[in-house]
Amino acid sequence: MLLRNALRAATAMSLIAAGAAQAENLVIATVNNGDMIRMQGLTEDFTEKTGHTVEWVTLEENVLRQRVTTDITTKGGAFDIMTIGMYETPIWGANGWLVALDDLSADYNVDDILPAMRGGLSHDGTLYAAPFYGESSMIMYRTDLMEKAGLEMPDAPTWEFIREAAAAMTDRDADINGICLRGKAGWGEGGAFITAMSNSFGARWFDMDWNAQFDTQPWKDTLEFFVGMMNESGPAGYATNGFNENLSLFQQGKCGMWIDATVAASFVTNPDDSTVADSVGFALAPDNGLGKRSNWLWAWALGIPAGSQKVDAAKEFIEWATSTGYIELVAENEGWANVPPGARTSLYENENYKDIPFAKMTLESILTADPNNSTVEESPYVGVQFAAIPEFAGIATEVSQEFSAVYAGQQTVDEALEKAQALTNDAMEAAGYR
Amino acid sequence: MARAVTPRRKLINTLVAWAIGLLIFFPILWIIVLSFKSEGDAIRTPIKVLTSAWTLDSYAVVQERSDYFKHFSNSVILAVGSTLLGVIVAVPAAWSMAFVPSDRTRGILMWMLSTKMLPAVGVLYPIYLLFIQLGILDTRIGLVMVLMLINLPIIVWMLYTYFREIPGEILEAARMDGASLREEVMYVLTPMAVPGIASTVLLNVILAWNEAFWTLNLTAAKAAPLTAFIASYSSPEGLFYAKLSAASVMAIAPILIMGWFSQKQLVRGLTFGAVK
Repeated sequence: MLLRNALRAATAMSLIAAGAAQAENLVIATVNNGDMIRMQGLTEDFTEKTGHTVEWVTLEENVLRQRVTTDITTKGGAFDIMTIGMYETPIWGANGWLVALDDLSADYNVDDILPAMRGGLSHDGTLYAAPFYGESSMIMYRTDLMEKAGLEMPDAPTWEFIREAAAAMTDRDADINGICLRGKAGWGEGGAFITAMSNSFGARWFDMDWNAQFDTQPWKDTLEFFVGMMNESGPAGYATNGFNENLSLFQQGKCGMWIDATVAASFVTNPDDSTVADSVGFALAPDNGLGKRSNWLWAWALGIPAGSQKVDAAKEFIEWATSTGYIELVAENEGWANVPPGARTSLYENENYKDIPFAKMTLESILTADPNNSTVEESPYVGVQFAAIPEFAGIATEVSQEFSAVYAGQQTVDEALEKAQALTNDAMEAAGYR
Repeated sequence: MARAVTPRRKLINTLVAWAIGLLIFFPILWIIVLSFKSEGDAIRTPIKVLTSAWTLDSYAVVQERSDYFKHFSNSVILAVGSTLLGVIVAVPAAWSMAFVPSDRTRGILMWMLSTKMLPAVGVLYPIYLLFIQLGILDTRIGLVMVLMLINLPIIVWMLYTYFREIPGEILEAARMDGASLREEVMYVLTPMAVPGIASTVLLNVILAWNEAFWTLNLTAAKAAPLTAFIASYSSPEGLFYAKLSAASVMAIAPILIMGWFSQKQLVRGLTFGAVK
């Protein structure tokens, strides 16, 4: 009897010990936005299912980028999972800095990930980060002001129509600007917008020999059109406006149209924060009849640094956070309007999600962006609003500073393009591309 | 003889001083106001300070989302620990420079100060790699060391300035009475320099409390202080101004209160030696 009890106790102890050995504490670096914060609130579900606990390091996007880059390049091991974007993933994957996500479980259904997202987060066909949410950009416009102007927004407008509509909707006395766009310096701010816009004008950053292309007519057309339209119908001081500033203006009813990230749709239609929530329509980002629209493609994704000691637990977390089950969990707790969008095909086939007013246009926007073929003329890089090479962030930040100086009236379009051409070629030469 | 100040002049001086004071304090006041507004009201332009509703919602959300006390205790340990360690190292250094100067003392002091002019990011990678090798990444001991080292030039300079005001004859007298070097520093010099050491400690606690580059880059989940707590509420894509303001108020409140109560010592410390 005594022996049996001792054996039972020993078995129980070994099971507990085995369980404790498997349970890991994961440190996850992430970005501060609504979807990520929601995920942090639901982490208990993951802990209940797996026994693993999670510690969050939440940082502002640019700080996060610097922090995780330092850690992964030095093999610091401070994080078990990193939230990274579509820019970093293929570069880091190619360098062997990320664990390949090529053995995710069958239940996870990796084929359900939207092809554009999967392509942008892969290198040589191998997925290196799983998309938590994806976004493109689209037009958000005031249906009441559009009606007042006697115009009707097509589902897929041209830039000419947008310029005319912006002018017609502008009412300076009522503090209404026809259009609000990003002009703020920074490769992820105004730089992202103007690059995506330039695609629709037939411009590209580099030719096939990595020569800068700012001395070409499409870039001149892009900048002149942007500056002309914004001077006619944009808000004062647009050179310093980024996402948040334009969101604030739109929510206060001070913009007729705003072309920006599709995730903004849930903000501008939220009656708690937006004064125009019930009069917002959506359309695809404009084009110029050249076969490319001006929408971008981005995803915040979860990746595991190579050399991590907790790869299995980290994969379990990634499977949980980017699964259809997680989407259902959010829908159950916070409603379908708050589920992370843009990552899975099945979400857009879900009857509950089809009722969300911006769902259809978000999906169409994502589907029309192709990171592997983003420009009218052939280009050597992957990416829509960026070129996925390590040097791009530094170069594009400087170029966007030159462009912002044009928006602020400090220099001409020609001067900015000349400087952009020179600094880009210099940097590419120094990096050994030319 | 002191110059006579007319009431009119006094009034103008007072008004100018108040205006400058309010101007300097305005950003903090603005953060405090926004922290009690809803996110919608916080971004409204022009903001209706008095007419829009006041709310504690942002504080509630911040409390729920973040472990304030963990960050707070890390900040206290880092600020106090690095300052005390710095004083322990700096007192002998300042003593030797003040009372046993050599031809190179001035040069060494200038060199120490020049290290403050180096952009921190320039040495991020070497220090990060050192931290990995030593296994002190995301630890409080590692950060205490770094914060101590980056503030050491200021501590040495401040203590050196105070020590120079103390007559060397007093220390000589102690030596004549048979005091050892340790006793001379511990029982003669230090008690006389307590006001100076106190203001040095206060200033360096504030500097260490506010340090945001190393405390963000060398921490993850364990040793992150209040600077990381604030950084977690900033976002270029999404409006979190009210929550960011609430987090900022919670982060700066302790140091603001400490500064308020110790302002006399701080002013004395910063102006010591400026007027003879």
